[in-house]
Amino acid sequence: MAGTGSAPETQLTSRERIKRALANGKTGRISKDAANAVMLGVFRCAAYITTLVLVAIIAYVVINGAPHISPDFIFGWPQGVNAEGGIWPTIVSTLYVTALAMLICTPIAVLAAVYLAEYAKQGRLVETIRYAADTLASVPSIVMGLFGYALFVEAMGLGLSMVSAACALALLMLPIVMRTTEEAIRAVPRYIRWGAYGLGATKWQVVSKIVLPSAFGRIATGIVLAIGRAIGETAVVLYTMGQAINLPISPLDSGRPMTVHLYLLANDGINMNAAYGTALLLMLIILAFNLFARYLSRKSR
Amino acid sequence: MSVYQNAPAPEVSAITAANFDFWYGDFHALTDVNLNIAKNKITAFIGPSGCGKSTFLRCMNRMNDLIEGTRCEGVMTLDGADIYAEGVDPVDLRRRVGMIFQQPNPFPKSIYENVAFGPRLQGVTSKSDLDDIVEESLKRANLWKEVSNQLSKDGLALSGGQQQRLCIARVLAVQPDVLLMDEPCSAIDPTSVQKVEDLMAELAPEMTIIIVTHNMQQAARISDCTAFFLQEVAGEPATLIEYGQTDALFTSPIDKRTEDYITGRFG
Repeated sequence: MAGTGSAPETQLTSRERIKRALANGKTGRISKDAANAVMLGVFRCAAYITTLVLVAIIAYVVINGAPHISPDFIFGWPQGVNAEGGIWPTIVSTLYVTALAMLICTPIAVLAAVYLAEYAKQGRLVETIRYAADTLASVPSIVMGLFGYALFVEAMGLGLSMVSAACALALLMLPIVMRTTEEAIRAVPRYIRWGAYGLGATKWQVVSKIVLPSAFGRIATGIVLAIGRAIGETAVVLYTMGQAINLPISPLDSGRPMTVHLYLLANDGINMNAAYGTALLLMLIILAFNLFARYLSRKSR
Repeated sequence: MSVYQNAPAPEVSAITAANFDFWYGDFHALTDVNLNIAKNKITAFIGPSGCGKSTFLRCMNRMNDLIEGTRCEGVMTLDGADIYAEGVDPVDLRRRVGMIFQQPNPFPKSIYENVAFGPRLQGVTSKSDLDDIVEESLKRANLWKEVSNQLSKDGLALSGGQQQRLCIARVLAVQPDVLLMDEPCSAIDPTSVQKVEDLMAELAPEMTIIIVTHNMQQAARISDCTAFFLQEVAGEPATLIEYGQTDALFTSPIDKRTEDYITGRFG
């Protein structure tokens, strides 16, 4: 009698009723397939748009910038009102300030991360520090620039200089490096630490000889990504390094980084060719750092 | 109350525990454990999951100190000295009481550096001394023949069973008196299990070995004494049910619960 469909509801067991409800369900195969196809299309479009935007930006910059790039442009000194000629001092300023920022940021960030991940008792204090780092990461860079100006340039009297800009950039890199380092440290398996403790290693020996070397690849990746971020930063350095075309030697020298040079060229509209050439070089440098980060993270896996 | 059959006397014991209780925070994990671990013999801890056998093992080199909020009561001695007494440095203790884990855990370093790690911690710096220690330890762990020409290879590149023997060599390099093995064979292939068991038999005459195992055949095969732990009621502390000579415990258990477990009626 089950499954004939003619039996009165009350005579069916609950299982038979469920079977009947499932069999009489309204959605047909065709509409399900159609919904699948449509949604697949939507997802795919969204994914393509993301890629397309990147390709468009790169193509635009390459088409406009590539013809202008030459050894003279890269290694030459600016001419006229600093709009003609080469951009060598700005490249040097950018690399100089970034290297200095890395030197300032890395020890602090790594030590803080080691403290958070290995030593601090997990609780409110650690949560607060972590939250502060995340908030620091979301401070608008123009605000960081103003703060850097007030603190390093004015209050500490370092002036518009490499070291002022590097300190301000280090503030920007700090949360990035700290959080990636903390995650890298946490990713070192517990049982590897136990192995070291089991051999009679002290906490410091475990951290310095096992944990940090094991996490090195991922920490380096985080540092390199933060460097990429710092190289492209404009607002922070605008307020802290100055704009002088200058080949920096001492950390107290001022200079003009590529981003600021690009901003000034484009803002005044004096030489758009040089602006695009600078933009392309800037992108190539950042790309190189990102590829390097990728290589490091692959190698460490 | 635990029951005992020909359990080792304190005079021939490397480790003794008396009225030993252990807590993870508020959770009372083990209660009233009393037993003596015979020196230079193999002792097996058996029991269902969650019976506290691994916890008890980790108390013997104070590995549980690394977990926040743990504490213990009672007395645990190594060669007659209380290991929880004030002034005992767990770092020194762990060098004397080595440990092998379920998951082979070589450091991401070369085979050589893995074995040399412990001696280096002790301040051995001479290259020729280290070379000797590495060779001797790998030989004792029956791994030398397989790796002698590739000592600079990454320890993680070895097979699971070889990794476990590398970890044993690494522990042997610091000359421990006691070797704690927490389910050392549950993550490696059967052929490697055989090698590790042979190795244990070779090491036992000069080293006290304690092995936690889920495999009762393994316990019966390799151990001299066996301890059966059980947590009877969920949420209540586990304890030692029966302890004694392995032959006796497996052939004529005194406690009904031991008999039920070894005949496979639960767990």
